[in-house]
Amino acid sequence: MSTDPRFDGPGPDDVFAAALHEGRITLQQCRACATTRHPPALVCAACGSADLGWIEPSGRGTVYSTTTVRERDGAYNVAIIELAEGARLMSRVDGIAPEAVAIGLAVSARIVAEPQPHLVFHPAGDGA
Amino acid sequence: MSALRGKTAIVGVGNTKRWNAPGRTPFDQAQEAAVLALEDCGLSLKDVDGLFCSISSSGLPILNMAEKLGIRPRHADGTMVGGASFLFHLQSAASALVHGLCDVALVVYGSNQLSAGGKLVSMPDPQPYEAPYRPRYPISSYALAAARHMHDYGTTREHLAEVALAARAWANLNPHAYARGPLTRDEVLASRMVSDPLTKADCCLVTDGGAALILTRTERAKDLRAKPVYLLGTGACVSHRQIAAMPDLSTTAAVESGRLAYAAAGIAARDVDHVMLYDAFTITTLMFLEDLGFCAKGEGGAFVASGAIAPGGSLPVNTNGGGLSCNHPGMYGLFTVIEAAEQLRGAAGARQVEGCEVALAHANGGVLSSQATAILGTSATL
Ligand SMILES: [Zn+2]
Repeated sequence: MSTDPRFDGPGPDDVFAAALHEGRITLQQCRACATTRHPPALVCAACGSADLGWIEPSGRGTVYSTTTVRERDGAYNVAIIELAEGARLMSRVDGIAPEAVAIGLAVSARIVAEPQPHLVFHPAGDGA
Repeated sequence: MSALRGKTAIVGVGNTKRWNAPGRTPFDQAQEAAVLALEDCGLSLKDVDGLFCSISSSGLPILNMAEKLGIRPRHADGTMVGGASFLFHLQSAASALVHGLCDVALVVYGSNQLSAGGKLVSMPDPQPYEAPYRPRYPISSYALAAARHMHDYGTTREHLAEVALAARAWANLNPHAYARGPLTRDEVLASRMVSDPLTKADCCLVTDGGAALILTRTERAKDLRAKPVYLLGTGACVSHRQIAAMPDLSTTAAVESGRLAYAAAGIAARDVDHVMLYDAFTITTLMFLEDLGFCAKGEGGAFVASGAIAPGGSLPVNTNGGGLSCNHPGMYGLFTVIEAAEQLRGAAGARQVEGCEVALAHANGGVLSSQATAILGTSATL
């Protein structure tokens, strides 16, 4: 039985999660057309290439869209962040009132450990 | 123009109009709708040899429906793309009929979403890249699109309110609408915020319901009991699953599904007399008006504020009252076609659109993820 060595090893979701557990943010980038993508997958959504590599992005981005979710026990932010490297992801902007998060706001990423490691963002330059 | 243009027709329509029916399962609603649709055209269950069905709470709806109806379909399609599924089914049914895979197609749906507790039945489709952020599903995804549309085009909450008010005004002309009665601009704008900028008044209803269509090839349609509604063209497009993966949050894949449907039917938006747009939230009506070419991109807000889509306006939209005020049983797509058929038959009573010859029904699924457009016409359009 032979398998295609290009797809050997852990799948891309596992690679991303393992890096987060080690405190590293990773992002897929197409080796053919340089487009980035998130969540991870096996092919480039822009050109269809199956040749994807991993980069460590800057962690900088801007708010592409934002909403404040109103629950009985309080309000919280949900946002779509566009990374400087191009890919977008769902996340949250902390360190600012949820309704003060505005489209275009410059933000930077942090890893939050609980319950599973995941990315959140803070306004850029917020040293807290 | 497509080779399928006018080759098939909706010959039977079934609508249970049971928007709150405790003690009835989704399959009860679906079976009743199927019986009503068959009686509408004078065909029987033993004539049905093509089955098209999707039910939120069932992973194998085709098998369940075939058993319950006692039929042995030789062609079936259970495509599940959310609320747009039934317009994908319609497209598939037209092709299957023309190519002889079946002779009588049943497209059917049922839901007990309201009486089962008002919760959206969640399909087993976990989203681990969204879950940590606790978006309310699906409203937060639509809210993110609405916020981006406001940013890009200056759309306002007042514009969204116009969509809700127009839907209620139409519902007040429909004795079968679930939400009837006066509704003021101030009431809509004062509604409780759920996920900014969308309030409770921007959300569709939660109801039960069942709907069914019977389709045949055109030559057979002419011999049946009811006035046929001809399928002139369809178009569909799937663009993403998660809202963060939507290429442009203020423009939907209705651009593609609409382009395909218009090309297949050989018509343009200006030729459409009656429009049904899946209004899961007020923002969807506004975006589909733009993306299907009824107004320029970014001008949906001004268009609805002019009164265009309300009774007496220049473009009758969601004349049953829509998902906002008529009914929304989990997946509403089939009801857009039901109302288009009623209008083309001239059977819509006080809300009847005068001289209605061409209707467009558009459905949406997931979080603006799947889009499907159907263009329907009377015999005059063949
Ligand atoms: Zn590529």
